[in-house]
Amino acid sequence: MLVALVKKLARAVGVLLIVTFVTFSLMYGNGPGIARAVLGLQATQADVQREVVRLGLDQPLFVQYGRWLGGVLTGDLGTSFFTGQRVSDALATRIPVTLSLVLITLVLTVILSVLLGVTAAVYGGWVDRVVQFLAVLGAAIPSYIIAIVLIFALALTLRIFPATGYTSPDQSFVGWVSSITLPVVALLVGSIAGAASQIRSAVADVLGRDYVRTLRARGVPEREIIFVHVLRNAGGPGLIVLGLQTIYLIGGAVVIELVFALPGMGELTNTSAQQGDVPLVMGVVLVIVLIVLIVNLLSDLAGAALNPKARKA
Amino acid sequence: MSASAPIPPSVVDAAALPNRASAMRRLLRNPVAVSCIVYLLAVIAFGLLAPWLAPVGPNVTDLKAINAQPSAAHLLGADATGRDILSRLMWGTQETLLACVIILVVSVSLGVTAGLIAGYYRGRFETVADFVSDVIISMPGVLLLIALYSLTGPNIPVAMAVFGVIVSPSFFRLVRGIVVGVRNELYVDAAKVVGLSDIRIVGRHVLWAVRGPVIISSAFILAAGIGIEAGVDFLGLGNPTQPSWGSVLQQSFNNIYNNPVSVVWPALIISLTVLALVLLGNVLTDVLQTSVRVRRASRRELARLVAEHADDEPTGGALPPPAHDVRLAVRGVRIGYPDGQGGVRTVVHGVDLDVRRGEIHGLVGESGSGKSQIAFSTLGILPPEAVILGGHVLLDGEDLLADPARMQAARGRRIAYVPQEPMSNLDPSFTIGAQLMRGLRSATSMSKAEARTHLLGLLARVGISDPVRVFRSYPHEISGGMAQRVLICGAVAADPDVIIADEPTTALDVTVQAEVLELLRGLRDERGLSMILVTHNLGVVADICDVVSVMRGGRIVEHQDVDVLFDRPREAYTRELLASSRRVEIEEVA
Repeated sequence: MLVALVKKLARAVGVLLIVTFVTFSLMYGNGPGIARAVLGLQATQADVQREVVRLGLDQPLFVQYGRWLGGVLTGDLGTSFFTGQRVSDALATRIPVTLSLVLITLVLTVILSVLLGVTAAVYGGWVDRVVQFLAVLGAAIPSYIIAIVLIFALALTLRIFPATGYTSPDQSFVGWVSSITLPVVALLVGSIAGAASQIRSAVADVLGRDYVRTLRARGVPEREIIFVHVLRNAGGPGLIVLGLQTIYLIGGAVVIELVFALPGMGELTNTSAQQGDVPLVMGVVLVIVLIVLIVNLLSDLAGAALNPKARKA
Repeated sequence: MSASAPIPPSVVDAAALPNRASAMRRLLRNPVAVSCIVYLLAVIAFGLLAPWLAPVGPNVTDLKAINAQPSAAHLLGADATGRDILSRLMWGTQETLLACVIILVVSVSLGVTAGLIAGYYRGRFETVADFVSDVIISMPGVLLLIALYSLTGPNIPVAMAVFGVIVSPSFFRLVRGIVVGVRNELYVDAAKVVGLSDIRIVGRHVLWAVRGPVIISSAFILAAGIGIEAGVDFLGLGNPTQPSWGSVLQQSFNNIYNNPVSVVWPALIISLTVLALVLLGNVLTDVLQTSVRVRRASRRELARLVAEHADDEPTGGALPPPAHDVRLAVRGVRIGYPDGQGGVRTVVHGVDLDVRRGEIHGLVGESGSGKSQIAFSTLGILPPEAVILGGHVLLDGEDLLADPARMQAARGRRIAYVPQEPMSNLDPSFTIGAQLMRGLRSATSMSKAEARTHLLGLLARVGISDPVRVFRSYPHEISGGMAQRVLICGAVAADPDVIIADEPTTALDVTVQAEVLELLRGLRDERGLSMILVTHNLGVVADICDVVSVMRGGRIVEHQDVDVLFDRPREAYTRELLASSRRVEIEEVA
């Protein structure tokens, strides 16, 4: 168990290094362009040259990456090329927005998709057909189109929710809830569609196992079979589904934030990527990859806890 | 064998290997598939013919038409700068088509190639490729696409190539899995023996096996790709001078207060195209990988099927009403499976069977002859797709099939089940003790402590030397022979009158087989159990059974005392069975 955990951690660190390095190297080589963007069109060639040196963009790739990595290890993510704001400060205001969007959607996805998936697998019939139809529909319609439909129907026509913008919960809790409702719903549709149909097949798979038949033959009541044996065995695959869903959600949140003008990481990524603000982009990538790795690690650990083979190994 | 594949084999055979021509024909007979294909072809034509069919160029502005509503001049209206929306969507389709081509070329060539190599040669390449694919899969792709904007600039083809890389692991995993399976199959071995080179083997056999799944995934990946492509444009990361579905959507969305209807068209074409691809992918899955799974009939269909087949083969009456010493009687049981076209395929045609007190009744026949179906029906544990078309299962004169509550009450208490595969019949997530306790305490009113003592004693009785340890073990910690003893213990725990044993020794080593048969015989003698023993092994029959029924094609063709059957078989089919089993024995000895 401990060995497996250490291996997983080592692997996670490896992934983190690879992804940050690849991103870094993809942004490498445009020093003068970035410097000109920082200084504006009036800057002279000499000014640009000096700015390139000042930002450290004249250094070889490995030196630049090493410098960034060294900073990260000492807790310093650098400062924005454009605003001079510390990256950690910029992130600190953005992370809660994205994270609350993702977490609320995730919790609702877990509750609703488990409910729908299990019902569909156990009862079959029309519930099953409705879930499968919704799964196709939800998977087919991109979240930003759902967002547009929601804005159009509920914000512009019925005027129940604000169309765009964000209210922080410190200012007004009700305002926060209503500013975050439409984004959550827009994300939720696709997320439930994906998760529910996969949880349905995980449960259906367990229901078809021989040991379920044997438990029935021993006279164990159906309710007990489903709630104890089936759910327990479908839990492992279900966790994997939900882990992947979390990763999709983070990607989806980035897009949805832009549609609803929420000041989260998505909006930060978008502007900083368009400007070439390397420290900010790297900061966002680092945080997102960390979140993804933590989610994966947690779902692995939970999966291992459910599986007696892995637990004793 | 029959227990692990309760679907009638004829259904499986018909579905397992659809050839190309029939798959195409079935696809074209499916209305959903045809509508999707027609729609997608129309979209392709819509884009390719834009230079000739589009009313105007994509960037032609008409100041008089700013925010025009749909009209004869502008069929879908015009945007905030007076550009014709229909024309822009038509020209924009070209970018979508280009994106699709790029995504497919990149992801298929990367994913399929890596999958083929990794699956065929395994080794270090597979390890590395696996790691890379894990890394890619665990990244939020959209975010990387946006982050890469600083590198690529407003360049949709490059972004789509990157997206192709991001989705390539799904092809990799798919192909690798299939190739690993195919590689071990006979025809690749045969091809190797014949001396074909690796490349020709891969080309001829392996590619053939992966083509269906790859086509299916392509539909889903293109669906995702179109959503992403439009999304990237919608976020303003595309080339602003070039029209695309996403940029039309973005401009209409920004203009939503002035011309709300204009949002509908791009949203519609994006959603419908993605929907068409997803639906097509689903239909393809059904057609190319015709699931061995038979669809469960709804309650209404069930009633209709039973009514329609009520008089097919009225209860044979081959046997008189059960005599008083008969414990379990089966009368005229008919079982079918929906054939997927509103009908039913009957796999058991009116079977009659009597099991007396203390009798071990062998039920023999080839796999697929319906023996396991009978066994399951007496316990009410047929797969959910099965339809019981008629008949009675009488336990001490009570009809169990007539009343599900009565069946539930009898299961485990009066009639119990010993399955075929010991390992797959134990829940891997619970200890042996926990699952035995759950069964016993459902069937009786024993307290926890009583049940535990009872089970530990019984485990010792079925030949487990260290009951306390086994009680605490998980199924993966014990051997197959021990697992079968545990399952027998579970069956007799609540002291039933009848045991249904479905090939109880098939999955065991020869030496363990004899011990398990001895155990079953001993339990019968101690407790006066009646037993149905389903088997295809005539040696087992000769060893332990008192009476034998021979099944063929869902019917009982011969019913005899065991000695009579082996001495003077009446039916030609029985003689054939006996002869073939002797042949096998002789070959095994030789």
